Amino acid sequence: MRTLLARPASAGALALLALLIAAAIAAPMVEATLGLDATATDLLARYRPPSAEHPLGTDEIGRDVLVRLLYGGRVSLSVGLVAAVMAAAIGTLIGLTAGYFRGVFDAALMRLTDGVIALPLLPLLIVLAAVDLSKLGLPEEVVRAEQASLYRIIVITALVGWTTVARLVRGVTLSLRTREFVRAAEALGARPWRVMLVHILPNALSPIIVAATLAVGQIILFESVLSFLGLGIQPPLPSWGNMLTNAQEIIWTAPWLAIYPGLLILATVAACNLLGDTLQEALDPRREQKR
Amino acid sequence: MLRYLTHRLLQGIVVLTAMSFVIYALIGLMPGDPIDLMISANPQLTPGDAERLRRIHGLDRPIVERYLAWAGAALGGDFGYSRAYARPVLDVLGGRLLNTAALMIGAFVLALSIGLPAGILAATRPGGALDGAINLVCFVLIAVPTFWLALMLIILFAVVLGWLPAGGIGTPGGGGLFDTARHLILPVLTLAMVESAAYARYARAAMIEAMRQDWIRTARAKGAGPVRVVLGHALRNAMIPVTTIMALGFGALFSGALITETMFAYPGMGKLIYDAVMGNDFNLALVALLFATLLTLIANLGADLIYAALDPRISYAAPERGARGRRA
Repeated sequence: MRTLLARPASAGALALLALLIAAAIAAPMVEATLGLDATATDLLARYRPPSAEHPLGTDEIGRDVLVRLLYGGRVSLSVGLVAAVMAAAIGTLIGLTAGYFRGVFDAALMRLTDGVIALPLLPLLIVLAAVDLSKLGLPEEVVRAEQASLYRIIVITALVGWTTVARLVRGVTLSLRTREFVRAAEALGARPWRVMLVHILPNALSPIIVAATLAVGQIILFESVLSFLGLGIQPPLPSWGNMLTNAQEIIWTAPWLAIYPGLLILATVAACNLLGDTLQEALDPRREQKR
Repeated sequence: MLRYLTHRLLQGIVVLTAMSFVIYALIGLMPGDPIDLMISANPQLTPGDAERLRRIHGLDRPIVERYLAWAGAALGGDFGYSRAYARPVLDVLGGRLLNTAALMIGAFVLALSIGLPAGILAATRPGGALDGAINLVCFVLIAVPTFWLALMLIILFAVVLGWLPAGGIGTPGGGGLFDTARHLILPVLTLAMVESAAYARYARAAMIEAMRQDWIRTARAKGAGPVRVVLGHALRNAMIPVTTIMALGFGALFSGALITETMFAYPGMGKLIYDAVMGNDFNLALVALLFATLLTLIANLGADLIYAALDPRISYAAPERGARGRRA
């Protein structure tokens, strides 16, 4: 934590992320203070330039852009955070299993990981996003729910985002399982799952945190492009990606509308990546010596 | 070498078979089925007719059975027809494949010719001003959503400046080679910008690692100039991991191509997959996705072979755990 604050770049990234999260949490308050409504449409006030009433102007059906950006941030940030945690959990489980049991488990799981890393993920995500959930046997009211697209995107991005964590955790597990404290626990009769979760996992936390931080940025990028393509978060729920869905048609009339959501995605992803890189350097003792 | 190659080829075939089943099952889970489409096209079909049609086309059978039937036909070269184009799937794919190849090769070459020198320059003095500037640019380009970058380039070059077309592959009714090239500039530039950042970062990391080795000091001690040390000694060794990573990046390049093609209405494989999924063209989506997977597997195999060929220390006899682990 001290290293994070000591460097201006990572301190800035941390501050930016905190600000974005705070703004997203405060979205309803901003809405109330400005006397605006995120869902109110006004067809007489389309494509208004920024004004005192609408600080960033209005979109193609007269909704306030600033308030929608804040609500979109809620969606995009929570997808990134929740999916990254889920991806880290999947990756940890796979990495621990492969590294601890070795042999056939290891070979099969690592081939799977290699395969997922190398695949063109976007086409696959497009198909996953288009899957009809009712064919999977989910009840109709779940499929039709307004939040369904939110949960779906979290699940599918987590399903492709776990690979880095799995590799790192496997590496750490492979080296830890031969250490004395692990051997001692095994000699005392601890079951494999106990050894993995109580003795190995705590020592593997720092690479997991680094990879999860980097995954947040990656997942926000996936969410934004899927939502942009109309396959992610479904309107009227706003996300930074789906706010750009119509941008291609309005670039001739209101190009400024296309700028804000993209800038926010860029800033968020850059901040996450910077934080991840700094954490990696701070948590990896070998790096220190090389400097 | 031959044993290694057969081993990897067999592995590739297993992965491809597994992926074909996964994709087949996923396509089966997409909304609607061919019979639903027939019903919407012909309202006079009764539920009884629909049931009969389902049985005729085998849609009532379990998925594994359907997959095996499909795979058998596909192995015999029969990939079926595209619904939207009413042509054999392979016919539709052919031309698209060429377009995508033009886009991907163009972007790859451009990204390489920007990314590699940038990475090498940055690595000559890590922590210096030039390194900082290059890192910053890479940082922004890695975090930028590709579709938004494309949007910004369209706004700048097509809307504000009006120099280049905003999309498509050629002006309708003629144009020639020059016109096609003009339409390629923005898609290639978008994809190359994003890719070059990744290449520059790989090249920088590999060069810094190489420059730290003992034989660099030896070369310097023997009086080799800085240019010779960097280009002659360090670069040759740094290229081994860089080449491998680039070959492994094929999947990412393809994903990027999908976005650029969609943004610029460029008729390639990526846009084809997207349109097929959105338009319920099940067969086309299935075959196009499988094709993309096959190309990726070939690129990965290529990565392994390049790595083995470039680094004499890798032995082909034992391609198992040891070699893999060190590479990660």
